[in-house]
Amino acid sequence: MGVTDIARLALRGAGIALAFSAAAAFAQEPIRIGAFLSVTGPAAFLGDPEQKTLEMYVERLNAAGGVAGRKLALTVYDDAGDAEKARTFTKRLIEQDKVDVIVGGSTTGTTMAAVPLVEQAQVPFISLAGAVVIVEPAKKWVFKTPHTDRMACEKIFTDVKARQLTKVALISGTGGFDKSMRGECVKVAPKYGVEIVADETYGAADTDMTAQLTKIRGTPSVQAVLNAGFGQGPAIVTRNYRQLGITAPLYQSHGVASKEYVKLSGDAAEGVRLPAAALLVADILPDADPQKKVVVAYKSEYETKYRSDVSTFGGHAYDGLMLAVEAVRRAGGTDKAKVRDALEATRGYVGTGGVVNMTADDHMGLDLTAFQMLEVRKGNWVVIR
Amino acid sequence: MDAQWVQFVAGGLTVGSIYALVGLGFSIVFNASRVINFAQGEFVMIGGMSAVSLLIAGWPMPLAIGGAIVVATIVGLLLAKVAIERARRADVVTLIIITIGASILLRGVAQLVWDKSVHRLPPLSGDAPLQLFGATIVPQSLWVLGATVAIVAALTWFFRRTRLGKAMLATSHNKLAAELVGIDVKRVLLASFGLAAALGAVAGVLIAPIAFTSYDTGIMLGLKGFAAAILGGLGSFPGAIAGGLALGLLEGAGAGYVSSAYKDVIAFVVILAVLFLRPDGLFGALRGERV
Repeated sequence: MGVTDIARLALRGAGIALAFSAAAAFAQEPIRIGAFLSVTGPAAFLGDPEQKTLEMYVERLNAAGGVAGRKLALTVYDDAGDAEKARTFTKRLIEQDKVDVIVGGSTTGTTMAAVPLVEQAQVPFISLAGAVVIVEPAKKWVFKTPHTDRMACEKIFTDVKARQLTKVALISGTGGFDKSMRGECVKVAPKYGVEIVADETYGAADTDMTAQLTKIRGTPSVQAVLNAGFGQGPAIVTRNYRQLGITAPLYQSHGVASKEYVKLSGDAAEGVRLPAAALLVADILPDADPQKKVVVAYKSEYETKYRSDVSTFGGHAYDGLMLAVEAVRRAGGTDKAKVRDALEATRGYVGTGGVVNMTADDHMGLDLTAFQMLEVRKGNWVVIR
Repeated sequence: MDAQWVQFVAGGLTVGSIYALVGLGFSIVFNASRVINFAQGEFVMIGGMSAVSLLIAGWPMPLAIGGAIVVATIVGLLLAKVAIERARRADVVTLIIITIGASILLRGVAQLVWDKSVHRLPPLSGDAPLQLFGATIVPQSLWVLGATVAIVAALTWFFRRTRLGKAMLATSHNKLAAELVGIDVKRVLLASFGLAAALGAVAGVLIAPIAFTSYDTGIMLGLKGFAAAILGGLGSFPGAIAGGLALGLLEGAGAGYVSSAYKDVIAFVVILAVLFLRPDGLFGALRGERV
């Protein structure tokens, strides 16, 4: 062999080695997950645990070797509950950060602002917000993990019917979630033989609801009261409720399924019922419950790391991340169309929100068993079967 | 049905007293400097949140309340010294914008110092509702009403009988003349902000057991207190009280008799109507100009 032959062989070898390393380098491309969350602002109690959950589990997954040999890269933006900011950040995630999948949208408002962008750019998007309008009608690229407000109404009315009550008074706030849930409850009430006999509202920053509740108390046939709202309004409604001595059962929405609501309402919350995810009662779930393992694990991991009570909203973010990661695994890569198809084919995924079975028409995948009916007794939750 | 109006009045008076206290703060500062201090709502928030922090730190309730009022007063004095006094040669509109900036700053700092959650103070004498004339009210409502009456009496004495109070009144009538007779107008400005801040803090501490407190409670309360002060006549103390109570009653009656969805609309439409007929407010003295 001459010098030139050896040189040619070396060059060819180097070229092959380079090609292999380039392929290997390409396989090391991280799976980019984008998120826009309401970490500050009026919906901070949603976005803050969501961000903490995403960061914690991306770190854990990467420490365990990533997904299909690739690391996860998380980009989080804070929209402070502002739909316009959410739109801007979604654009940035799609165009600049070139994410493979988006998990975010803490509120219905911020989610709906992002929907047209993800549909146009064809990026799979898993929303963490509540209203039913997000998945109905089903949009090709939009999925969601939290239970809808319609499901909450149905769970509550099922309980109302079980107690043989028919006449329900509504009191709700004027925020997006409140209005949406109130509308859904009015729509589904006839299905459960429920008649809405009163319909009062209050402003989001109102400090006294005794006038509205006095009117409800004065309506002679009221048998139960449903407060569709979130934030501090329901706590004030609960206190005013007991102050006025109203004895009819009071139902709240899953929007206040948190210890904070119980703390603010104090003794007035005794006997209040609301639908909530199994996560809130992880400790008292029976061992046979399919969700027990997942919720107990998430609860202990979150509470150990962040030293604060776990919240269902963080649980929705956990489910969103895990669904996305599972879909990437099953799709064998981050091809957006394949990931989308894999998401839609999710069957039997057990999460903190419930057991998920998605279809082409159902991009949420939960049914009524995903909700537990809880009652507040002595400052703690009790499961009503 | 008859007892209903008593309930509406009870709720309206409670929340109206808070608007009255906040409105008083607006009027006091306006009198001393012609400035509308849009950070007034933030003083209410600082009072409530400070009391929550001190309570969590282990201070007994009376000291926590006192401490909260001191903290808010210091913030008020700082605002006057650092921002308003420095810019006193500026246009009144500029000073008003400075107070808007201050309110945004205070809200942002509150999020860092405290958190974004909603907090509650324990009530001064329990939660057990009382039955009065067919309406149920919580004892804290009586505290709010009683404290407002006591504060109005104390302020009347302060403005009529003490030198500083009389100096503040004199400055509000004619700033130049007050300066000429030797009143230190700078001191009056500082005292006005401090007093307004203290009043705001008292309102915040009183209402926190009923309406809770968080970093952004100042926005709505400040706006309604301002509306109350305008309704009663900006600069008039009895006007601020009357305006506050009237606004509270309008909201309660509007929610009770007309529509709970439109109660804020009703209240503000009435305020606009009053101002169309009497632009200086209910108690505003028609000011004459000396040529």
